[in-house]
Amino acid sequence: MSEVHVAGVGIHPFGRFEDRTITDMGVRAVREALAEADVAQGGFQAAFCATAYGGVASGHKVLSRLGMTGMPIVDVEAGCASGGAALMLGAGAIRAGAYDTVLVFGIEKMPKGMIRSSFFEPWQEESGLAATPAYFALRAQRLMQDSGVTKDDLAQVVVKNRRHGVHNPDAMFRSEVEAAAVLGSRLVCDPLHLWMLCTPNEGAAAVVLRRGGQHSTGAVRVTAAVLRSHLPGSVLNESTPMSGLADESVPAPSTLAATAAYEEAGIGPEDLDVVECQDTDAARELLSYEELGLCAPGGAARLAQEGATALGGRIPVNPSGGLLSKGEPLGASALGQVVTLVHQLRGDAGHNQVTGARVALAHTVGRGANASVVVLTR
Amino acid sequence: MAPGETASSVDVTGVAVPVREGLFTLDAPHRLLGSRCEVCGRHHFPCHDTCPYCGADDVAPVELSGTGRLWSWTAVTSAPPGYRGEVPYGFGVVELPEGIRVVARLTEPDPARLSAGQRMELVVVSVPVDDERQKAVTYAFAPGHDQ
Repeated sequence: MSEVHVAGVGIHPFGRFEDRTITDMGVRAVREALAEADVAQGGFQAAFCATAYGGVASGHKVLSRLGMTGMPIVDVEAGCASGGAALMLGAGAIRAGAYDTVLVFGIEKMPKGMIRSSFFEPWQEESGLAATPAYFALRAQRLMQDSGVTKDDLAQVVVKNRRHGVHNPDAMFRSEVEAAAVLGSRLVCDPLHLWMLCTPNEGAAAVVLRRGGQHSTGAVRVTAAVLRSHLPGSVLNESTPMSGLADESVPAPSTLAATAAYEEAGIGPEDLDVVECQDTDAARELLSYEELGLCAPGGAARLAQEGATALGGRIPVNPSGGLLSKGEPLGASALGQVVTLVHQLRGDAGHNQVTGARVALAHTVGRGANASVVVLTR
Repeated sequence: MAPGETASSVDVTGVAVPVREGLFTLDAPHRLLGSRCEVCGRHHFPCHDTCPYCGADDVAPVELSGTGRLWSWTAVTSAPPGYRGEVPYGFGVVELPEGIRVVARLTEPDPARLSAGQRMELVVVSVPVDDERQKAVTYAFAPGHDQ
């Protein structure tokens, strides 16, 4: 099978932009990626556009502005993993020999406040059960019970990621915070305080994929791009069921995706140099350490306390600042991770560079449930 | 219900209308209405006509146990979309003897007063809604007496 190379990346910063439409942001990220890949009109044979809230023909609107239509353009929705889903489709099509060059991009302009989702039924809303952060809090509470995680551990995740985010020009929040201030911010759903939760926002990211030869050196390769959904049984998985089984053996969707990605890439978690993972909330990052196999079950707090996941540590996680610094534009977020990791592997990530990074992993998980894991190597 | 108060039901006599039919019994002792798969034997809530675990359509409606053990909990401090009731309110997961864990409101809004494994009892509580249903009620779990 063909190798899939990253020929170019582009990003529109994540934040709030009253003066720009979702299409404007997409145009900027796509133009940047196409320019880097030296791809002009007619230079790609398919496009996959990730968005959860963009609406009908979101991808077409972006490419219409550039006169780059005629090829298949497919919008992809998989919640927080939408970008990972689009990348899986694009990379898979190249591997299958269908195309030589594919454009994959993600765009989003999220509603403000607690997100009203068509996911919940009216009786659930009326009963107060459509409280998305409360489900995060229930997961956090279980992590505290099962893995000995403390509220201070949760605060330290925010401290780490916000410290990393200071040097990311594309992040929404670029100031350091102290643990006491995190714990002093408004209590949203115990144990989660406001600053422990990422902010839904706006942004765009784009990646040009190209079929590569076996022996081309120096290129960043998409070694695995995997999407998985939940298995039934876990009451707290991101499919948000009203009931589940009293059974701890059901693997999480992130574990399913990671296991498949490691196998596809022929590596294990011990081979990773740098990780960008889903830190929707501080506990979600710690849980991801366990689900991705960065530590044994129950070992997340210790891994973080050792400093292993901070820049300079053994396995830096979210050197970009994570969603806690960048905010989360659903459709763009997974590809934003890919863009930042491509810079890591090229060695041009600036202040946040992980020295000598050669193997990188990007992880998202969210409603559906959907989980994506992308492995990039150079 | 005041914080710390133990299991009891609000007055649901007269015109009480459940937020959705088929979720729970209105008459005390209250029970959640779930289903049991005749093929794999597993329980589910709410009741569906197919089994979400094995896909079979040989599923029987059952009344689930009215008591269980607290498995996870928090409190909601600002009103989520579509909710018109008071905040804060408790929110948690209760494990029932049938081997299932159910997401529900909790009557106890102070997480510090709850602990893992404590006994919980099913109750019915009022929730304001914005249409002609004057006394809408939903299910919740309240701290119960250990026996």
